[in-house]
Amino acid sequence: MENKTPKDYSHIKNWGIDADPKNDPTYPMKHRTDAEQEGYSWDRPTQQDINIEVLHSNERPNVTAVFGTSMPPSGLSGMIRRFAFKHSENSYLHWLPLLMADRVNVVEGVIEDFAGGKVPNIFAEKGWKADWEHNRSGLIQKVGVLALVTTAAVVLLTRKKD
Amino acid sequence: MLAMNYRGPQRVRIDEKPEPKILHPQDAIVRVTRSCICGSDLHLYNGNVPDTRVGMTFGHEFIGEVTEIGSEVQKLKVGDMVIVPFNIACGKCHFCKQGLFGNCHESNSQATAVGGIFGYSHTAGGYDGGQAEYVRVPYADVGPTVIPPGMDPDDAVLLTDVVPTGYQAAEMGGIQKGDTVVIFGAGPIGIMAARCSWLFGAGRVIVIDKLEYRLEFVRNYANCEAYNYEEMDDPVVFVKKTTDWMGADVCIDAVGAEASGNLMQTITGRKLLLQAGSATAVHWAVNSLKKGGILSIVGVYGPTDNLVPIGNVVNKGITIRANQASVKRLLPKLIDHVQNGVINPKPLITHRVPLEDVADAYHIFSEKLDNCIKPVLIPPSAR
Repeated sequence: MENKTPKDYSHIKNWGIDADPKNDPTYPMKHRTDAEQEGYSWDRPTQQDINIEVLHSNERPNVTAVFGTSMPPSGLSGMIRRFAFKHSENSYLHWLPLLMADRVNVVEGVIEDFAGGKVPNIFAEKGWKADWEHNRSGLIQKVGVLALVTTAAVVLLTRKKD
Repeated sequence: MLAMNYRGPQRVRIDEKPEPKILHPQDAIVRVTRSCICGSDLHLYNGNVPDTRVGMTFGHEFIGEVTEIGSEVQKLKVGDMVIVPFNIACGKCHFCKQGLFGNCHESNSQATAVGGIFGYSHTAGGYDGGQAEYVRVPYADVGPTVIPPGMDPDDAVLLTDVVPTGYQAAEMGGIQKGDTVVIFGAGPIGIMAARCSWLFGAGRVIVIDKLEYRLEFVRNYANCEAYNYEEMDDPVVFVKKTTDWMGADVCIDAVGAEASGNLMQTITGRKLLLQAGSATAVHWAVNSLKKGGILSIVGVYGPTDNLVPIGNVVNKGITIRANQASVKRLLPKLIDHVQNGVINPKPLITHRVPLEDVADAYHIFSEKLDNCIKPVLIPPSAR
């Protein structure tokens, strides 16, 4: 599609005399229409009902027409995420709190498991059965190091002071 | 239904979850028959992508059968077997209209820098993914494409991401006839990019990685040169020497955030998370390029910052092109290529794993055990 010129630039001498629409490094990834020069103006799809909490970037004015409903923010991690979304994607105050919230969420997940009467099987969750089948020596080494470190820690912590 | 459940870095399990429902008139529900684990899922698995919430189901490479459709869906019907592109795209926004289906503006509330992606954290929209028995597929008239009769499901599932991303990596390289193309990474995307580089007329295709079994595979699969960087003093000097000291015309980063090979990048990018992943591949690519060369990036990084030699980009006049693959745009051509035997994706799949063993599959893929290149999860109903 031919480039649109949204305004009259006739008052600017020689405006656009060297323009070359074929020199488009974005092609063929982008079939240029320049429609975005008209702003946020498209006929939006039907809005999905917003009946859960959806955090949205402050670099856009609204929630998108569809959105994922997996795991709405909750608990302490949710509070941290709400703080993060007060800051733009341009800010570390957005991303670093989100990483922190993810780590807090892991602890919340363990608590939630126990509260639901489920003891998480960490070894199964980490896929160590596959290690036993395909990397047995590596697994034995890993368990050995873990045992050594644990033993050393226990000895250090239980050592009586002279 | 059974679904993968993320519990924290390097901890996943299979759990019972409620089946998804139609939440929007353009939704469909798909019964998953194949679902791959992608190299980029490992960034989530390792806890490197911000806003990856415990309880989420990953998986953006899946195919399956349509079991339910919303009231506005017109192009699909119950019973259709579909390829579901990994990007969620509305087809109406200015970006979708221009073919940028990976950059849709109506599918991801949480971040403006990326469109919605199935099962890829809340930074990509908060959608549960396809490593499950059922999945909700928004904008069902836009992305999903009916699988042509006779197509092998293993070929079809690789058309959701691997083939389009590898193809677009080569396409973005602007490869001209006779060009030397150097690809960093011999994972599924790097392998496919090597194969596709020939389609654009490359004169020489070189793949660099450290895993011998993958180098051997790509050598045979893509008829290219493949070298182990652990056997080189310096991969950049190697590329310069092998190109008569000129450098490559095109470099492709097919690794992303999990790259190894540079201790400082590994520590700051992967261990301490001071960067959005290790940028080793970009670093090597920029320095390996000829002056005026083109860098194509399809490796996935987090949303924060990376240490890259931007001064050399300027001083060498390098053009950088990058994007998530626009699967919808490429699918018609790539389906033809698969059906005509131009591209043969299926051999990339090395492991077929029951969905119930998802934790083992992640561990095998993450640790590169058992010569794994591409694992696919198969739910009980599809076995």
